[in-house]
Parts: sequence; C-alpha cells; structure tokens
Amino acid sequence: MAQQLKMHLLVCGGTGCRASESEAIQTNLERELKVHGLENEAKVVTTGCFGFCEKGPIVKIHPDNTFYVQVKPSDAKEIVEEHVLKGRKVERLLYSDPAKKEHVADSRHMGFYRKQIRIALRNCGFINPENIDEYIARDGYQALGKVLTELSPAQTIEIIKKSGLRGRGGGGFPTGLKWEITSKSVADQKYVVCNADEGDPGAFMDRSILEGDPHAVLEAMAICGHSIGATKGLIYIRAEYPLAIKRLKIAIDQARNYGLLGNNILETGFDFDVELRYGAGAFVCGEETALIHSMEGSRGEPTFKPPFPSVEGYLGKPTNVNNVETFANIPPIINKGAEWFASIGTERSKGTKVFALAGKINNVGLIEVPMGTTLREVIFEIGGGIKDGKKFKAVQTGGPSGGCLTEKHLDTPIEYDTLIAAGSMMGSGGMIVMDEDDCMVSVAKFYLDFTVEESCGKCSPCRIGNKRLYEMLETVTRGEATMETLQKLRLLSNVIKDTSLCGLGQTSPNPVLSTMDNFWDEYLAHVEDKKCPAGVCKSLMRYVVIPENCVGCTACARNCPVNCITGERKQVHYIDQSACIKCGTCLEKCKFNAIEIV
Amino acid sequence: MDMIKLIIDKKPVEVEKGTTILQAADKIGIKIPTLCYLNLGGFNIENKPGGCRVCVVEVEGRRNLAPACATDCTEGMVVNTHSIRVLNARKTVVQLILSDHPFDCLVCAKSGNCELQDLAHKLGIREIPFQGEQSTYRKDTSPSIIRDVDKCIMCRRCEVMCNEVQTVGVLSAINRGFQAVVAPAFEMNLDHSVCTYCGQCVNVCPTGALTEVDHTNQLINDLADPEKVVIVQTAPAVRAALGEEFGMKPGTLVTGKMASALRELGFDYIFDTDFAADLTIMEEGTELLDRLTTYLNGDKTVKLPILTSCCPAWVKFFEHQFPEMKEIPSTARSPQQMFGAIAKTYFAQKINVDRKKLVVVSIMPCVAKKYECSRDEFKVDGNPDVDYSVSTRELASLIKRANIDFMALPDSGFDSPMGESSGAAVIFGTTGGVIEAAVRTAYELHTGKPLPKLDFEELRGLEGMRSATIDFDGLPINIGIAHGLGNARKLLNEIKEGKSHFHAIEIMACPGGCIGGGGQPYIHGDTSILQARQKAIYNEDAGKTLRKSHENPDIIRLYEEFLGKPLSHKSHELLHTHYFDRKKEVFID
Amino acid sequence: MSSIKIKLKDKDVEQIKEICGSFNNQAGELINVLHKVQGVFGYLPAEVQEVVASELNVSVAKVYGVVTFYSFFTMIPKGRNPVSICTGTACYVRGAEKVLEEFKKELGIGVGQSTPDGKFSLTCLRCVGACGLAPVVMVGEKTYGRVSPDGVKDILKEYED
Repeated sequence: MAQQLKMHLLVCGGTGCRASESEAIQTNLERELKVHGLENEAKVVTTGCFGFCEKGPIVKIHPDNTFYVQVKPSDAKEIVEEHVLKGRKVERLLYSDPAKKEHVADSRHMGFYRKQIRIALRNCGFINPENIDEYIARDGYQALGKVLTELSPAQTIEIIKKSGLRGRGGGGFPTGLKWEITSKSVADQKYVVCNADEGDPGAFMDRSILEGDPHAVLEAMAICGHSIGATKGLIYIRAEYPLAIKRLKIAIDQARNYGLLGNNILETGFDFDVELRYGAGAFVCGEETALIHSMEGSRGEPTFKPPFPSVEGYLGKPTNVNNVETFANIPPIINKGAEWFASIGTERSKGTKVFALAGKINNVGLIEVPMGTTLREVIFEIGGGIKDGKKFKAVQTGGPSGGCLTEKHLDTPIEYDTLIAAGSMMGSGGMIVMDEDDCMVSVAKFYLDFTVEESCGKCSPCRIGNKRLYEMLETVTRGEATMETLQKLRLLSNVIKDTSLCGLGQTSPNPVLSTMDNFWDEYLAHVEDKKCPAGVCKSLMRYVVIPENCVGCTACARNCPVNCITGERKQVHYIDQSACIKCGTCLEKCKFNAIEIV
Repeated sequence: MDMIKLIIDKKPVEVEKGTTILQAADKIGIKIPTLCYLNLGGFNIENKPGGCRVCVVEVEGRRNLAPACATDCTEGMVVNTHSIRVLNARKTVVQLILSDHPFDCLVCAKSGNCELQDLAHKLGIREIPFQGEQSTYRKDTSPSIIRDVDKCIMCRRCEVMCNEVQTVGVLSAINRGFQAVVAPAFEMNLDHSVCTYCGQCVNVCPTGALTEVDHTNQLINDLADPEKVVIVQTAPAVRAALGEEFGMKPGTLVTGKMASALRELGFDYIFDTDFAADLTIMEEGTELLDRLTTYLNGDKTVKLPILTSCCPAWVKFFEHQFPEMKEIPSTARSPQQMFGAIAKTYFAQKINVDRKKLVVVSIMPCVAKKYECSRDEFKVDGNPDVDYSVSTRELASLIKRANIDFMALPDSGFDSPMGESSGAAVIFGTTGGVIEAAVRTAYELHTGKPLPKLDFEELRGLEGMRSATIDFDGLPINIGIAHGLGNARKLLNEIKEGKSHFHAIEIMACPGGCIGGGGQPYIHGDTSILQARQKAIYNEDAGKTLRKSHENPDIIRLYEEFLGKPLSHKSHELLHTHYFDRKKEVFID
Repeated sequence: MSSIKIKLKDKDVEQIKEICGSFNNQAGELINVLHKVQGVFGYLPAEVQEVVASELNVSVAKVYGVVTFYSFFTMIPKGRNPVSICTGTACYVRGAEKVLEEFKKELGIGVGQSTPDGKFSLTCLRCVGACGLAPVVMVGEKTYGRVSPDGVKDILKEYED
C-alpha cells in the first residue's frame, strides 16, 4: 500500500504539461525506478495540474516537497539516480527565484504559491485523479455522507447560504439562494447541471479541476441533488476537453462501484446519478438557458428569463445550474462549516477565486487566492511581474465580458462588486496581463472579433451591433476613424448593453468601453495622430530608411517581397510607402540600423 | 384570477397575472412598436423570441431595458415606454437592422406592406449611422415563393409557421452570429425541399425576405395580345378579402366590383371557380358515397376515411410526408384544375378556339396554386390546363396599376356558362366549407330526400380540429375537419395507427382555410380579419337561393352536354388525378 | 456552407442508424449523435445529416441548423494533418496572429480550408488550456508550444512524406 512507500514522484498530467511530454517523463521515471529496483521504495503518480504551467512540465517529490520545473523525459534518469537513490536534489531542475537569483527547492517557499489558498484546487496536484481512494483519503465523500445522514436538505441549503458562496461562472449569483429556489419548485423530476463548457478564451480553471479532482464535482452535485430533490445530474462539458472527459468517466464509474452514485447511496435511500453531455463549440452555451437548449439537442440560443431554469429548465423541469468551480467549493464548506468559508475573503465576496493567469507575465498558471487579494499581489507577487522586464500596461479580467484595468486599479481588491465598479468583472477567472507592446484598441478589437464569432445571432443588437463595433474598431486601427467614430462607438456600446437578450450581448461592449475609459489617449493617438503608440497596428506604421545609417548594401531591396525598395549600390535606399506591405523584412535584414518604424 | 396593478407611462392599469407589458400597455391604448412579435389570437400561434429588441421599455429598478413582448407585469411595476433612453435604444436597434438590410425599398415587392419600412418611418429614421458589411445570400425562386434572404431580419415568424404550425420543417435558423438567417437545410432551393408552398411564411414575413412569385407582368402581356383569349376564374375566398386592399372594412364582399374590375382589365371571359367547386362536390361527393356504399356492403378493402383534395399545399404535404397513404384522399382534382380542364375542352369547343390560344388565369387566395398549375399531370402536350395563377394581392396591385377606381365600380355578374354557382361553392373559401357543401349534396343523393336544414353549424368555426356526426337518415356519418398542416398531421397519424373513426375528413393547409391563404391581403397579426372574412362567406351563402351544388343548372347542363355522369370515364380523364410518392424527391443542390 | 457531394455506402447508412439507435433515436440526443457520427466520418456531409434527421424524426433543416450553429461540427473533411492555431487571449497576446499568418502563407490556404492535396487543413480553436506554452499550435493530436513564425516551416517539415 501507498503508506509503506518512502517517496512519491508526482508528475503533472494536466493538458499543458502533457503537451510538453509529461507522459514520457512518467514512463521514463517508472523505467528508471525499475532499473534501480526501487519500485517498492517510490511510486510515480500522475496528478492534476499544479498550476505553475509556465514552468511545466512539473515533477514534485513527496514528502520533501521538492519542485522540479521544466523537466524533460531525459531528466528522469538523473532524478531517480540522484534524488531517489542518493537523496541529493537535482539543482539545475529546481525553480530559480528571478528576484533573489537562487534556487528554491520547497514549493511552499515559492512566490507563486506563498499567497495562495487552495480550496477549489485543494486536490489538484496532490492526488491521482483516476483513483477514488486517493480522493477519499483526503476527506473525499465525507461531506456527502454528512449531508445524507446528518443534515436535512433545508439545513444543507442553509449552510451554503451562510457560507456566502457566489457563482464562480461569472454572474456571482448567491449559490445557496439558487439551490433554495430550485428546492422549492414542485416537480416530479428535477436536475442538477454542472456547467463545464468553459469558453472564455484564456481560461482553464474548470478544465484543471475536472482533470485534477473530478470526484469533488461529482460529490458536490450529489449534495446539491439531495438538497434540491433531484436524482439526476448532467455535466455539460466541452468536447475539446478529452482528458477531462476521460477522467470524469473513470470517476463516475468508480463512484458507482463504491455506491457513491447510483441507487441507495450509502444505504440512505437517496438515488443520484450523473451523465455527461457534450458541448460542441459555442461560447454562448455558458449562458444557462442556452446550455439547457443545447443539452436538449437544439441550437444553443438563450431564451428570455423568467422563467428561470430553477423553475423551468431542462426538459421543462426545475434545474439547478452551477459551474465547476462553484461545485468544487461545496464539499469543504460542508466539512469545515459555513463560518470557516465566510471567514475567508471580504464582506461581500467570500472564499477564494481561481484565476488563469496568462499573457505577458512571468508565472503563467492557475492560481487560487482569497477574495480581496489585490491585482498587484496577483500580478507582481504570485505572477512574478511582467515578462522580459517590460512595463505593466493593463490586466484584462472577465474575458470577452470583462474589461481592461490599469495601473490605477492595481490596488483594487479582487471582489465581484469592486471589479464591476472598475468597469470590468470577475467572469469565470481569466486574467490576461498586457505590457507596453500591446495596443489597447487592438485588444478591444480582438475581443469583439471573438464576440462577433460567438454571438448566437438571435437578437439584433448583439448580432448586428457587435459586428458594427468591430468594424468601427477596425477603422480606428487603420487610422481611418474620426472623433465621430469614437462617439458612435460609445453610443452603440451602451445601447448593445442596454438592449441585448442575454449576458453575452449585455457585456460584450465592456472591452470597448473599458479601454476607451482607461486608454482614451491611445484611441486619440490612432484617430488624431494616426499613430499606434504600441506599434501594433500595421496600417499606421511606416518603415523608413535612416539616410545617415544607410550604406547602400542592397540587403533590404533584395529581400523585399514586393520590390518596393529602390536604390543603387552604395547609395541611400528608398522605401515606396504606397507599395510597402509592412512585413518588416527590411528591418530584420538591415545590419546597419538604417531602417526604423515611424 | 390574481390581478396586478402597475403604472405605464404614468397611467395606472390593472391586469391579470401573466399579462405582458405589451398587452397591458395595449389595454390602455399605448401601442408599443414591435417587429418580431406575432400573436395570431384564436389560432394559438404566438411568436415571441424576444429577438428584435424593438419593443424594449424602461422598467424602474431594472438594470437594462426590458422587451415588452416577453416581460410579464409584476405588482407595483413602473414602466416608461417612451423615455429618452428607450427612444434612443429603439431607434439605434432599428438603425442596426437597417444597416444589414438592402436599400431597394422602391422596388421591393413588400414596399407599402413592409413592417420594417413602417417602423423606420414611425421612428423617424432619416439616416443609418452604422455602415458596414451586409450579409448576402443566394436568391431562390420556386414555382410559388421567392426567398431573398438578404432581407431576413431573424424574426423567426416563418420558422414558427413552418415548423410548429405546419410541421413541414423546411425552414430553420442556420449559422450563427452575423451570418445567422432562416433557410432550408443546406440552403437548398425550396423546390428541392418538402415545402408545400402553403405560403404561411410569406403571410407572416415582416419584410420582403419571403414573397410570392409575381405573374402580373405575364398577365398584362397576355391581356394585350390580340391573338389570345384570356379567361379568368376567381376563387371564393378572394371576394371576401379583396376589398381590404382598397381600404374597405374586412368582411366586405366585393364579388360584383371584382367582376367589373376584371372586365375593365380586359379579360375576355369572367368566370367563377365556384362553378368548378360545385363540380368538385359532384365528383368528390359521389366518390364518398361510392366508397361508403362499397364499405357498408361488406368490402372492407375500400379506403376510408376519404380525404378532401382541393388544397394543393395539403396534397404536396401528404405526397412528401405520408406517401404510403396516397390512396386515401379523393382523386378529385381541385376546383382550380377542374375549371382549367373544362375550360380548355368543353368551353374551348363551345367558342371554337384552340386550347393553345386560350389563356386560363386563376385569381387565388393562395400561392400553392401557382405550383399546382405547373404540375405535369395537369398539362396536355405541355400546355397547362390553368396557365398561371395570381394571388388576391397581385390582383389588387393590377387594379391599382390600371387606374381603376375600385370603389366607384358598379357591381356586375359572371359570364356564362361557367359563372353560375351555389352557396355550397362559396363556402369552399373557409375551413369546414368543403365538407359542408359535400354533405348537402351527398345527403340528398344518398337519402333521396331534401335536407331539412342547410346550415351545419356543427361543422363551422375556427377551432383547429373539429368533428361532428351527421345523421344521413339513420346512417351516422362521422366528419372530421382540420386546418393547418400540423392539425392535419395529427389526423393522419390517427388514420395510420388505425384509430380514426371518421368517414370523411376535410383538410386545408392554411389556418382558417382559404380565407387565411398565403396569397391574401396581409393581416399583420389581426385575426379578427379572418373571422370577418369567414362571416362574409357564410353570409353570401345564406343570401343565395341556389345553395346545393347538385342543383346548379350550369353543372347539370355540363353533365348532360359533356361529361355524362359523375365518375364517368370522361370525368375520370378530366376531373380526377393521382398522387405521387415524393419521399425520395428531395435532393441537395 | 458548401459541402462535398458524396454517395453513402449501405454500410455507412447502417452505421449511422446504429449510432442513432444507441441513443434510442431520441431527438434530444441530436448533438450527442452528431458527435459520434462526426467521430466516425470525420465530418458531417449533407447525406449523413439526412440519415440522422430521418432516424431521429426531426427535420433535416433542424439538423443543419444545429450543425451550422456549433463550431465543432464541420461539413468539410479535414486534411490528413489538421493544423489548429489556438487563438485564445493568452496566445493572442503572445503573437498567435503572426503564427496564423505564417501558416496561411506557407500552406497557401485560409482558415477553414484544406490544401488541394488534402494533406493539411487549417483551423483556429479557442483556448486549449496550455496558456503556459502560448502561442500554441496543434497538428493532429500533437501540441507545439511557444511557436514563433520562424518555427512554422520546421513544424510543417515534420509532416513531409
């Protein structure tokens, strides 16, 4: 049994690390252990995501918490021979603290982990998600047992209400209240739905939880089912998450075998089972009515609320929809109590929030912090600051529904309401950091491009309005816009927010409005000076020859793909702006710094 | 009933629980503009996807604007339907819709009847500040319906009609976002689909995205051609609706003015489809009695119930959807086609004109009739019995084009020998009418006794499915009626499952029957107009002395001079048809 | 959406019917059925959709409406080596657009198209959740991280016959 082993080698089996050959690392580690006859001394365990994706693939050694980063399959031999066999840490694979320039062996001392509190991610990176015993060993299914044997549905709902947990999928609706409404709806059948259609580009918390700790979600769904009077659970999951699907299937089978799903759970007479439903690539299906229509086999178009799903949902029956992270918080709340959970976080936002930290930041990865942590702490302490020593410019939260926050918002505590007040929103937890090289008009355009692509097309403001916003932003990035365009951008944004049918359209102009509010100068630069300060907008760039530096080597002219550079050998060259396609080849080829962008 | 008090535009109003803001406002005379919303009251047809966002209003305490069509009133609600915020938003939304809409209003078939055009006018829109890409799709022309999807505004009304009401299932929302539009599968042509051409989609389309094929120009050319003899027949439902196009009250009968207008337009003979309706009753009624007698004599192989076959959309529906049952409907052709067949034989001989020089035109409340004319089995050596059909709307347009002051026209009658008709023929124009007409004749032919009472109230009404048992002097005859193809499907499924107890069933594709046909003046959601048309038709019947088809002297003469007797060899040749299995006929472009 | 005209073999039709049957021919299972069928055929040509529609007793227009709504479903066969560029935000800010441009240039096709020889097809996909490796490109099942425009040629070279 596992207890007799001296050492565990935890290999990250998340999608990110798998893409960097973590499976081969695992195979090699196992082979090396065998070669050295250490199979009974140490065991290789595939775990869910450790969160520190920037430095993946990650191998962590227990019990000493040694954290090896950017491990290659070829490193397996050294890890086994040095660390397992001789007890010597492999220095070159340790994480190096960029500030102190020294190796940190113990993950608990790494800046990335120091400020984190892991509730939803409590088991990610600790257990083998494909083994229910490991989940149970860490108090798994204890909460379900407590709910079924000690608590009435009303008492369970009361605990969730008291905990102050709010929906982690974006809206922030109080979870306990949602459960209560569904529990009070009278019907012969009710449903518990887990929204795992994570569609926010740049967010992967739900996937990591499902890959790293699938039982947490199953347990929570069963608890919810008992509270609201439902015997059926459905997980609506993105088809693009094959690993999460595989692990969920394994988890469901194991839970059934252990009598933790199915009929007469824990001999209490309570029946509950879970099925999977697959999304097919539509962001709007994150909206609960759209999700329900999709599960019913139709186009994922949202419908007007009311009726709310809690009254009339899947197949017309009362349905409670929560997202993955919300569910992952439930078992610890039951186990440790509402007061414990409510003691973490702030007055109006309790507990923690998982963020997918990405973009121009040193420590890309998955983090979980208490509500109320400031953006500065997240970006500069946990995230390790901006990549390549560049200057921080903005942080985008809330994905396509959110906004870009700036320097002046860095000390804002992260809460549902403060983020909305600042012109962004919590969203599902994507957090993209941008530096001085990012053009904020282009960023707004990027999000609008996404919204135009993902709008379901049902209501006119979202279907046509977002397209027009995108087109206007395009004229700004091409230097063809006027001040009137900017006025229209703002006016149209407000109307789209005010009139759209669902949350997608009601929030889609946020990236435009927040960048206009916070980076007005940059918009002005595009419109009035016809310049892109970040140097991103191609149409506004001009490549010119600096006559004093040009020696007439002809390298630029020879490499220009459109032959728009003229000049005799040893003479100053000239770039024909009307023909230039701004590919940048001349700048790249010039050895004399004789070409610049103006 | 729970009542709710609320305030709309500073006016208090009390409504039942479950009332929408739109309905509550309407109650106190506030007409909130709508676009996608459609409520065909009395038919249980409602479309409120809440998609266009034109009807948005401000509700105090609410973060964003609320669509009035889909938002229920709540106690103490304070609603403002014309605040600056609302007016700006509404205008912007319509401007957005217009920014993705062709600007060919001047030559659009829907001009003057376009709800989007009206809205733009009403909201005082004088410019479209948002320019950008316009979505473009292939234009599709079928024998009856033209789809110009560039003009689709995604109101989804046609989708509701085609799927929920008619259960035909040709149209669906496709693609998403800016590309989203309503179209057939694979954007195939309608004439490759299972479309029945009932035209209900055309009837509800607020813009010019769905319109009927225009035959007016061809008609003008034929009328001007001295070589051609142009004959017109007019269907019963036309006279009950045509007046609306000239501002007359719905339900005004304009039979006499219509005949005068057709004469003014230059038709050589003004005949009546009602004449052929009487002929249909002779053939169909006899067929019913024939099948019934055979059945009662012990031959259980005979197909019962007999189904009416006057409606071309219904015929195409069962050919696609229930081809295994194609032996059940009556083999009688529709009145339009019976008329054509008689006109190009009997009448052509009478006036001694070659059928190729004869142009038979029908004025129909229908667009499926255009398709019916084009069916190969209704042609002789490629020459169609009915050359083409124009809708009630097209006729109105022609009359206006010809500078005819319709209101000032005197009444006149139809020409002979194909102009006389009974009241039984007139009621063909409404649901329940064909079967009532058939009962009047079948009863008397079967019992040999005169009917004690001609009005069968039990067969009348606008309920989607109705049934009644008529006592044929001791023999109870079970009659079923369905209008709307969704209702027809239910009855057909019953027959398929052997659960049907009917002897005869009347089926009309359009809700209301021909009075609600796809070629009638647009009612823009006002179903009281259909009721008025129906009433007019029953009034015309009641006012006639001749009220039974078999007593029509022109019909009697036709049998004497030409056909012999109902179901004779000649009748079979000219007045009956057969049906096709079209299950496999659908194909992808 | 354009489609390739194909003629289904009897055994293909049988296979589709079997899949529909495994979901009890329930109309509500349409999306699950389409997932399975696309898994078998690689794409969803019109002929396949017609069989699914008739088995589940829904209109083919509805099936087409669903197929064209979800980006996961396709009516165009993928290349033997489907190239997918992640255009999630993390990849975007780390230069996914330039990488996409380079693939378009090198393959001579646009997004959603296949090379004439059927060897490569090009699509964009939303976040694959490997943001630590941004920008990310997938060729078939294989993931490439931290791809630069210069690296595009090398990636394609791996798939030379």
